[in-house]
Amino acid sequence: MSDPVAELVFLIIKAILMPVIIILMVAFAIYFERKFAGFFAGRVGPTYLGPWGSLQSFGDVFKLISKEDVIPSRSDKLVFKLAPYIAFVPAFLVMAVIPFGSVGGEANLFGYRFDYVISSFDTGLVLFLAMGAIGVYGVVLAGWSSNNNYSLLGGLRAGAQMISYELAMGFSVAGVMLMAGSMNLVDIVDGQAGAFWDWYWIPQIVGGVILFVASIAELNRTPFDLAEAEQELVAGHLTEYSGMRWGMFYLAEYVNMIVVSAIVSTLYLGGWRAPFESWNVIPGPIWLFIKICFLIFIYMWIRWTIIRYRYNQLMSIGWKVLLPLSIANLVVTAIVISVVG
Amino acid sequence: MATAHDTHDAASGPGGVPVHMIAHPTPEELRARKAAGRIRLERNAELMSLSMGPQHPSMHGVYRAELELDGEVIVSARPEIGNLHRGVEKLCEHRTYHQIIPLTDRLDYISSFAMNHGFCEAAEKLMGVEVPARGRYIRTLAHELCRLSNHILWLGTSIMDLGTQTFFTICFRDREYVLDLFEMLTGARLTHSFGRIGGVAKDLPDGFDHRCRKVIDFLPKRLAEYERIIKQNRIFIKRAKNIGIFTSDDCYAWRVTGPTLRAAGVARDLRKDEPYAAYPEVEFDVAVEYNADVYDRFLVRMREMRESCKIIRQCLDNLPDGPFLAPDAGHSLALKKNVLHDSAAMIQNFYQVFQGPQVPKGEVYRCIEVPKGEMGVYIRSEGGAKPARVRFTTPSFYHGQAVPALVEGEMVADMIAIFASVDVVLGDCDK
Repeated sequence: MSDPVAELVFLIIKAILMPVIIILMVAFAIYFERKFAGFFAGRVGPTYLGPWGSLQSFGDVFKLISKEDVIPSRSDKLVFKLAPYIAFVPAFLVMAVIPFGSVGGEANLFGYRFDYVISSFDTGLVLFLAMGAIGVYGVVLAGWSSNNNYSLLGGLRAGAQMISYELAMGFSVAGVMLMAGSMNLVDIVDGQAGAFWDWYWIPQIVGGVILFVASIAELNRTPFDLAEAEQELVAGHLTEYSGMRWGMFYLAEYVNMIVVSAIVSTLYLGGWRAPFESWNVIPGPIWLFIKICFLIFIYMWIRWTIIRYRYNQLMSIGWKVLLPLSIANLVVTAIVISVVG
Repeated sequence: MATAHDTHDAASGPGGVPVHMIAHPTPEELRARKAAGRIRLERNAELMSLSMGPQHPSMHGVYRAELELDGEVIVSARPEIGNLHRGVEKLCEHRTYHQIIPLTDRLDYISSFAMNHGFCEAAEKLMGVEVPARGRYIRTLAHELCRLSNHILWLGTSIMDLGTQTFFTICFRDREYVLDLFEMLTGARLTHSFGRIGGVAKDLPDGFDHRCRKVIDFLPKRLAEYERIIKQNRIFIKRAKNIGIFTSDDCYAWRVTGPTLRAAGVARDLRKDEPYAAYPEVEFDVAVEYNADVYDRFLVRMREMRESCKIIRQCLDNLPDGPFLAPDAGHSLALKKNVLHDSAAMIQNFYQVFQGPQVPKGEVYRCIEVPKGEMGVYIRSEGGAKPARVRFTTPSFYHGQAVPALVEGEMVADMIAIFASVDVVLGDCDK
């Protein structure tokens, strides 16, 4: 039973709840990142605030908000203020198209149908790529407007890096697009109905790995964290930022991490589906959450283990390895689909 | 200085194969390799100047380099030092020889006993003091502990400079074992002031032998683990191999010594070449590598740490009995435990503390191998208890001045790796 009023109410609830949940996840992602970093390095990580230091991120946010907001006098002030928003807002928008449960089924909530997606539209995958591309502007503009040579170098690196990795990303998700026959993420998850061997990670393993590697570059995390390479560029594009403006970049990084993990799990790991059909009694959002957490853990694991690449090495990986591989993956997928049917 | 090509006996190459069996790259080949790795620059490109330091996360103190960049490539670099200048050499002129020892601690504060040692060796040469055997062995032991702690710290910081922070704290944890030994031995963790003219300040405390053996049994296992990380990590190899090539000729030209010189295929180690302390009596190998790049500097230091463990073990095994401080009333301090109930010791103590050792006229230069390279001490005395002039030629100063030659034409990220690989401490550089 479909009721336009109920749909609108549900939509508003979802649109409000989703960012709140994401922000909470970010807070705990930061906490766990620091905790894991500690464990990897033989330390204990944050311990003071809350049980086992679990409220550390909230303390950090209050600290950041209460700090003086310094804007360099010679900076391009409008762009300087705008850049954090450009990095921060697009990160959230992608969550609108990610299904976190079944969509278009029977009435399941108070006699109304509750779709577990904010917006199911046909070019959802393109939205993900587009928002990733807009996020680059945040970093590049931050680097440019700070009027600091370290920032400029960071912005320069970020621009080149993110744009070249976006190509590989686009080609690798195209393989999934061909298999599902749709760019709508809801259809893509529907295409992976069944147990975990029906998911796209088996036929699209090459594309999946490429997307994952490229997303590390997109997220500016080690080994591809050249834009803010601490040991080289102090803090790269973030050098001149302080207080909550800096915090917004930091939040954007983690929101992006959650979003990319959600995208990778939606495209390759069956989205909200359980690994076995009988396990679907546990609701979809929980499965999606588990998959996101798993991928985030891998991101953290990589970050605290691996040494950073050099700028030209990073570019040659992007252009000479990932891009040809992703194109080959696309071509092979297309041939197989047209032959098998 | 002899190159490794004619001193096979002193060095064995990687895998224990005798050096003369392996074809090593000549300086010309190394230079060609360096040129091949370079990114060609456009002419008349607009340069960007970047002031790196003195407050920069990886400038190891307050080193500052003014870089001219073409994109990511360093066109020219101009080092600026002196931000940590404390006038140590001038201060030395107003202190007695005993009082100078704590000042030398603050030169290279990472390996402060090595600095004490260098000064004491020079002062003893000037005064003609003979160090008793036990004192020489304890010195050797403490010096090698310094080398261990210095190289472990170096390993952590230089891998951190390549981009991972995890390794840094892990190395600090291991350095802690060595610092604990120092705490037990000298009472201090960083600036020990353990050297004395004519020997060392204290005898080995009870239980030190056992604890020290435990550490040197345990550390090589850890080091093997780290070496595996270094040798097997593809990103590390990509970042370190053929980066920052500095041939033996370049090293001579810039007076770059220590592990950097040994990584360029020169088996130069003052512990072997001009032995002092107990080094002639212990057995160890000089670590030599031949590719003169950042990677080889890592390998050299990893092997040096193992050799240090070997030396420490031999020192503990063969530690002779007898006094640890020369019983030379004219030049060395009295034993603290005798001062209050032995009149001769009390007089000696008063004499040394209030007047200082009476040193004849003359000048002396003594050079020893400290963890970072060769440290020379020049003392000119015009009689009396205070030197007329003291000059320290510390390795970090020369390594710091060679940075332009090392980094020009490299990329910014490589500059950090290269700067870390030559091991500069600014306390040692600025004096």
